[in-house]
Amino acid sequence: MTRLLSPHPIWALLGILFFALNIAAFLIWYERRLLALWQDRYGPNRVGPFGLLQPVADAVKMFFKEDWVPPFADRWPFIGAPAIVAATVLLGFAVVPFTSGIVITDLDIGLLFFLAMSSLGVYSVVIGGWASNNKYALLGGMRAAAQMLSYEVFMGLAVMGTVILAGSFSLGDIVAAQQRTIWYVVPQFLGFVLFLIAGAAETRRLPFDLPEAESELVAGFHSEYSGMKFGLFFVGEYLGVTLISCLITVLFLGGWGGPGLPGLVWFLIKMFGFISFFILLRAALPRPRFDQLMAWGWKLMLPLALANLLVTGAVVLAVH
Amino acid sequence: MLSILRTLWDVFLHAFHKRVTIQYPEQKAYLAARYRGRIILARDPDGGERCVACYLCAAACPVDCIALEATEDPTGRRYPAWFRINFSRCIYCGFCEEACPTYAIQLTPDMEMSEYRRQDMVYEKEDLLIAGPGKYPGYNFWRVAGVQIGGKDKGEAEREDPPVDLQSLMP
Repeated sequence: MTRLLSPHPIWALLGILFFALNIAAFLIWYERRLLALWQDRYGPNRVGPFGLLQPVADAVKMFFKEDWVPPFADRWPFIGAPAIVAATVLLGFAVVPFTSGIVITDLDIGLLFFLAMSSLGVYSVVIGGWASNNKYALLGGMRAAAQMLSYEVFMGLAVMGTVILAGSFSLGDIVAAQQRTIWYVVPQFLGFVLFLIAGAAETRRLPFDLPEAESELVAGFHSEYSGMKFGLFFVGEYLGVTLISCLITVLFLGGWGGPGLPGLVWFLIKMFGFISFFILLRAALPRPRFDQLMAWGWKLMLPLALANLLVTGAVVLAVH
Repeated sequence: MLSILRTLWDVFLHAFHKRVTIQYPEQKAYLAARYRGRIILARDPDGGERCVACYLCAAACPVDCIALEATEDPTGRRYPAWFRINFSRCIYCGFCEEACPTYAIQLTPDMEMSEYRRQDMVYEKEDLLIAGPGKYPGYNFWRVAGVQIGGKDKGEAEREDPPVDLQSLMP
């Protein structure tokens, strides 16, 4: 079922792994600098040139923290939970076509695979919150589960418009279809906006960070985590942001397509544009109340996504 | 919905605003002349110590970080034998400066006093004394006080009349 596009799949795999993990580390610095820029500050600018070595300093600090498992915690789920989030998001990268040659595996059901992996990621949060044996962590985990259920639904529906237009679940085919016709951000603008919002909720980033909500729940599901296990949750979150940005680029902005520059450069430009937009969301918007979040998801976003799907299907049927 | 978009746009525009951060070690913040920082002991315009070791600052200090011991020189002029301020305890409230009757103890706009060893935060009298009169340039306590000290008898202070001779019948 799978076909490997790259002539050296193992190099593509290692390269993408290296790229994704480094981007995730670099995003720590990037986010702090960008937030600072929008708050009229400088952010970390002391460690190395422009503070670029800040993630290294952070990592060194994390490694030297005590790797502690609370005596009241459920030991093995507690240790396993951070690995799940990082592993599922990294698996999600397997189907992202960076350029025409660089993709680990262009599954026929690549989009479904991505949706499945991003849904599995919530297990990490729920298990982590449950295993912590701490009421704040449990509340965070429960919120994560509820939020993920609500936003997963219309996330999947929002991208079905692009699937109808492209006629394929394969991400490579979707990009190819966009290069033949038009970037799907134009005919699928509503789907694009819905997917953007669902993506922010999916990665549990502000303004959808209710699972951690530090002003209400200490640190939510990772209240009890420290050291590198906490670091892995963080890496998972930044990997998630990167993955969602990649997916938006692939699904709605024509992937690596663009005039002049090489494909990979175009892909990175678009991806970083969306990462910056997610950071802008964090810089600008307050966190909604939980019932507002749920009401938004079920009463506004879901009907909009359904209507979008219906109209897209009708139009495509009418045209054919 | 529109307000969310407007907020996003407004925050984005902050990318083009001037940053308010002062890059501290390279770039110093402005400290007002009355900033309450490092404490100093000032001198009279003629170079003598202003402090008369009255202990009012030590009494006023809410954290008891000032310690001193009074002594007198042979001419009857009081001064502190030693004067010690523990800056690791000082809260820079300025009460000592308010309590001081002779403008001797003053707070200055300097707060760069970090040390690697705690003991180095304890300043002795020679660390505290400065060469000049500080914030009150013309003031000289011993020249206006009615106290008799060496080189200045009763009635010789500024704006002081000679003492009345109680034995004399003349007006």
